[in-house]
Amino acid sequence: MISVRNLHKTLGTQHVLRGVQLEIRRGETCVVLGRSGCGKSVLLKHFIGLLKPSSGQVLVDNEDIGALHERQLGAIRKKVGILFQSGALFDSMTVEENIAFPLREAGVRDRREISDRVAEALEMVDLAGEQAKMPENLSGGMRKRVGLARTIVSRPACILYDEPTTGLDPIATDSINHLIRRLQKRLQVTSVVVTHDMKTAFHTADRIIFLHEGRVYFEGTPDALHASADPVLQDFVEGRSGESD
Amino acid sequence: MNVQSLGRTALGFIQYLGELSVLFSETCVSVASAPIRWKLFVRQVLEVGFRSQLVVIVTGGFTGAVFAYQTYLQFHKVGMDSAVGAVVAVSMFRELGPVLTGLMVAGRVGAAIAAEIGTMKVTEQIDALRSLGVHPIDYLVVPRTLALLLSMPLLVAESCALGILASIFVGTKVLDISEAYFISTMVKFAGGSDISMAMIKGFVFAMIVVFVACHQGLNTKNGAVGVGRAPTEAVVISSLLILVINFFLSFALNIIYPVGR
Ligand SMILES: Nc1ncnc2c1ncn2[C@@H]1O[C@H](COP(=O)(O)OP(=O)(O)O)[C@@H](O)[C@H]1O
Ligand SMILES: [Mg+2]
Repeated sequence: MISVRNLHKTLGTQHVLRGVQLEIRRGETCVVLGRSGCGKSVLLKHFIGLLKPSSGQVLVDNEDIGALHERQLGAIRKKVGILFQSGALFDSMTVEENIAFPLREAGVRDRREISDRVAEALEMVDLAGEQAKMPENLSGGMRKRVGLARTIVSRPACILYDEPTTGLDPIATDSINHLIRRLQKRLQVTSVVVTHDMKTAFHTADRIIFLHEGRVYFEGTPDALHASADPVLQDFVEGRSGESD
Repeated sequence: MNVQSLGRTALGFIQYLGELSVLFSETCVSVASAPIRWKLFVRQVLEVGFRSQLVVIVTGGFTGAVFAYQTYLQFHKVGMDSAVGAVVAVSMFRELGPVLTGLMVAGRVGAAIAAEIGTMKVTEQIDALRSLGVHPIDYLVVPRTLALLLSMPLLVAESCALGILASIFVGTKVLDISEAYFISTMVKFAGGSDISMAMIKGFVFAMIVVFVACHQGLNTKNGAVGVGRAPTEAVVISSLLILVINFFLSFALNIIYPVGR
């Protein structure tokens, strides 16, 4: 569904991505692991053309989206939805208006249908009945879940999650992990989950990609990652910084 | 300042003008090709136009009043009391009305636009719009541009009208200039060409305010610090541009609309 070929990205003076090569297959859940600041969010933003490659290619359904103009990316963005790390809710709108936004943009006019689908999306993220709240009155975890509701309400074929569980309490984390699996099973959604939370990774992943120093360092099943003797992977999985008191 | 840094400043300024013209052309493309969001437009007209009226009226009114008084003090010495109204009206239409309105709107509306769009930029709301297939120019810039293009000439008109009314009040009621003479010279010397000039300047200043503010907002970086800086810079840059461009515009427009015609 998405293939990335020799992707380089320089932001300011920093060479963030240094030749990323990867493939996301239709229907799978692929987890992208890596240390904070290693370029996971930057990589994810390339998948829907929010950032343009400095060099290399990003293909979505065999179309090179690096070559497309902003106005030509609409079709791709209907297929691929993204959940931002911060939730990125529109702060001048209520929760309901936020979630209804993609529906209205898609031309849905029927008030009944809109409010039903908003309620359904909120229920999926465990926030039933929170329609009237403003984003500023929500906790970080709730904002993220409303952001997720806004992403799934228009039923994209592929969902990109940028740290969906970071900063959530253990129970909310668990319910998001289940939600990601559920969406994939029921709706055959292709998912890319960026995280540094091992629990989310092992719970949701069909396949894990480990990003290190701007390149794909490891690619394989969760079991293969567990079994790996590579010190870089071991330290990350076990959470060792190599320091002692 | 040495030659090198002077050159860098000049290049920076040219690049800035280039970025503004890119924003301008993207806005034109959007107006021509994408459906206009009338709901947002109406909300912006209320926000930028309707709510700016008080500021603009007070500014215009007191400027007209004090200008009438100072003109009277000079003209009275040579016995030209009745010309005060004409001087005030022509100056309000041609210079003071548009420039003062432009500056007030830059301070009130330009700052708000830059802060709002800047906040959306650093909190990823602009990326969120794009990810949902909505072009930020269509959604944010076009409604504000159209709203300001409609509102500004009207605000300029209000400002001029209040300035002139205030001058009539001060001239005839406070300074005891004959009402008939005051108004007849005013009508004789101030007319259609002056009003046209006011409207044209209103349009131009609206463009300056809205594009400078949107540009600052859309290019906001560095989180809260950046959001703090965006409105300040928008106000400073658009105010300076208004004053400088006004000078050249006056010369150019005086060819089309000579004084006293
Ligand atoms: N717009 C930007 N301008 C400059 N540097 C950026 C920008 N966005 C991200 N970076 C840098 O790129 C690196 C990767 O960032 P990011 O992808 O957000 O990391 P993470 O893996 O934690 O999501 C960081 O060092 C960050 O400072
Ligand atoms: Mg990130």
